[in-house]
Amino acid sequence: MRLTGAQALIKSLEMQHVEAIFGLPGGAILPVYDPLLDSSIRHILVRHEQGAGHAAEGYAHVTGRPGVAMVTSGPGATNIVTPLMDAMMDSIPLVVVSGQVATASIGTDAFQETAITSITQGITKHNWLVTEAADIPRVVAEAFHVATTGRPGPVLVDVPKDVANATMEWYWPSSDELDLPGYHPVTEGDPALVRQAAELVLAAQRPVIYAGGGILKARAAEALRALVDRTGIPVVTTLMARGAFPDSHPLNLGMPGMHGNYTAVTAMQRADLLLALGSRFDDRVTGRISAFAPGAKVVHVDIDPAELGKIRRPDVAIAGDCRVVIDELVTALDQLGLAADGTAAGGSPAARRPDVEPWRAQVRTWQAEHPLRYRQEEGGPLKPQFVVETLRDMTPDDTIVAAGVGQHQMWASQYWRFDHPYTWVNSGGAGTMGFAVPAALGAKVGRPGSMVWAIDGDGCFQMTAQELVTATAERIPIKVAILNNAYLGMVRQWQELFYEERYSEVYLSPDLPDYVKWAEAMGCVGMRVESADDVAPAIDKANAIDDRPVVIDFRTDAFEKVYPMVPAGASNDDIIEGPSEGERGR
Amino acid sequence: MSQPTTSQPTTSQPTTSQPTTGAPATVPNAAADPGGARHHLLSVLVENKAGVLARVASLFSRRGYNIFSLAVAPTDDERFSRITIVVDVESAPLEQIVQQLDKLVNVVSISELAPERAIERELLLATVDADPGQRVEVAALAGIFHGAVIDVASDRVTVAVTGTPDDLDGVEDLLAPFGIVELQRTGRVALPKLGSRRRLQPVADRAG
Repeated sequence: MRLTGAQALIKSLEMQHVEAIFGLPGGAILPVYDPLLDSSIRHILVRHEQGAGHAAEGYAHVTGRPGVAMVTSGPGATNIVTPLMDAMMDSIPLVVVSGQVATASIGTDAFQETAITSITQGITKHNWLVTEAADIPRVVAEAFHVATTGRPGPVLVDVPKDVANATMEWYWPSSDELDLPGYHPVTEGDPALVRQAAELVLAAQRPVIYAGGGILKARAAEALRALVDRTGIPVVTTLMARGAFPDSHPLNLGMPGMHGNYTAVTAMQRADLLLALGSRFDDRVTGRISAFAPGAKVVHVDIDPAELGKIRRPDVAIAGDCRVVIDELVTALDQLGLAADGTAAGGSPAARRPDVEPWRAQVRTWQAEHPLRYRQEEGGPLKPQFVVETLRDMTPDDTIVAAGVGQHQMWASQYWRFDHPYTWVNSGGAGTMGFAVPAALGAKVGRPGSMVWAIDGDGCFQMTAQELVTATAERIPIKVAILNNAYLGMVRQWQELFYEERYSEVYLSPDLPDYVKWAEAMGCVGMRVESADDVAPAIDKANAIDDRPVVIDFRTDAFEKVYPMVPAGASNDDIIEGPSEGERGR
Repeated sequence: MSQPTTSQPTTSQPTTSQPTTGAPATVPNAAADPGGARHHLLSVLVENKAGVLARVASLFSRRGYNIFSLAVAPTDDERFSRITIVVDVESAPLEQIVQQLDKLVNVVSISELAPERAIERELLLATVDADPGQRVEVAALAGIFHGAVIDVASDRVTVAVTGTPDDLDGVEDLLAPFGIVELQRTGRVALPKLGSRRRLQPVADRAG
């Protein structure tokens, strides 16, 4: 069967069971858009290529399947650089297809030419410039394989226009026809090391499981649950792992790190064993690394061998897939005599395990004495945390929440109750403002049956709000709660705390733009809420709308700050739990 | 075990699980250079595809690893090239450099060569000022190092010398009094010493 390169490309995407492409056409990618008309794949026409990338990420976050975006050459390609970087930092499987000028024009500064494979070298797991139409099926198969196996990540396939127009004989490569001689991700952990890890678990008096985003990438939430049930070890879930373990479980201590809660942060500091599962000792988690968890032995499990020892030298380092290794660890514990219900067989190594209950009691004491706190005063300014809590309580349990980056993101992570995996969509490592709206859109495409709320900041919203036009046009009814404090709030918070309240370029105005009118202009329902009493009725109304997007402009208290907080570069022991008395009530 | 591992490579080994060979990604004894820097040789087998050298070089630059020298050429198998990199293990632990390199999809395998177990050679070309009376002197000097004069002009000669990096440092010093007009070195290439029980030691051949 003779096909054009463009037809082969679309057919290859169909072979990969792609159901949605987020994209925006242009000159160099034109040939590929033509066969798309005859394809079963749904194309969602975004208003900016960055939106395509983040939407594809949101899709990948909630489905676990690779998100696919398609853009043209030059500015189309550079506009998706930020999502590629975002996906690289958070290990999101993403396949971006970019058009390129014709091969004969490469290197001549042709119209809309840019060397996107060079530009994205450091922010993709791998990328390809296709030079022969006959290579297209194989390269697409390789791209999906690399994006989704091992540590997932973004890839880019750059297709020159003449390659798309050339003809080739269609084929579909088998897995051993992929040309990847240097790519062999590890999955299984070394049994001897797993055994050592199990022995450390049975020797620990103050163990903590430090669960990271790798749990979700490895689809290991159930495995983690089994490990916790067997060992009774408290769990912290990082920003990327929210939902990997139910927040309502008594052993879930919540989020650690710079804005983590006191118990999660302190338990790690006092631990004698950290079981790091799919986490990478990010500086936002560890604080000053030399002061991080000083008394803890570390078992580090990660599918990326380069993470082992990158920041903190582990006592036992296991390269492998989290789900596989956790299963292996559970088996090893079983062999050492620790039963599924946590009881130890008489005479077994597990019978000599120290009693962990005093540690759990200590943790419970911290939880009781150091809860997250804020105060919504009657008639007082609307507190952002109150909005998040009310929204949480008025939406279904499995509601998907997307966030941008900043204060609203931290409040969402702190105050939401994540009881299901794949319900939290946010930009962690990259900290990409403007992530929420397009990511929510992509999430809704991936899970149309779930309610999807974006919790966004006013600064973030202004960066990518145009994708609500996409949402309206494509009938993707997402809901957006803007926590509008009229500031670049997190920057403002740092200027207040660390720059003597010298506010430099952080004021945004509460009503410029007019978010309600803007929402309406984009075909959404727009609402404004200024007092605590009006929060629930507005959410009620929003929840009842399912035929178009909704935007609620919540006017929140600009003085409210995210606490607890570990100042940058400080030890996690120096956690600040809340505002000093002098700050209160301003 | 609580210190950060980003500065000095330590000799204590983590119990790292290694993908294929069972050989741990060790931080071997680095030889001290006269300059005091700690250098190590990596022999990196890569796919012979467009842009692979740039991928390797840009990895070093974006992760802040220092390259002391780098040489690249095709191997006897046309599908692959070999890049010989002398890395500065002061800038990052060798183990971390190797693991990050190994994540590049086009990198097929990485072998580590401790200098004391390797045969190293480098080529030096130098053009020096030499009037007809000095030519013989320069040629003799090159000859001591098994080099040769490979080009001559009325007032200059160009010599080629192959040797160990240390030898070539000596050649440079000895040529300097004549007046060096231009000088180019290739960077070193290396193979394991024969008879050494530790041949090229594979430290990683899997991507993560």
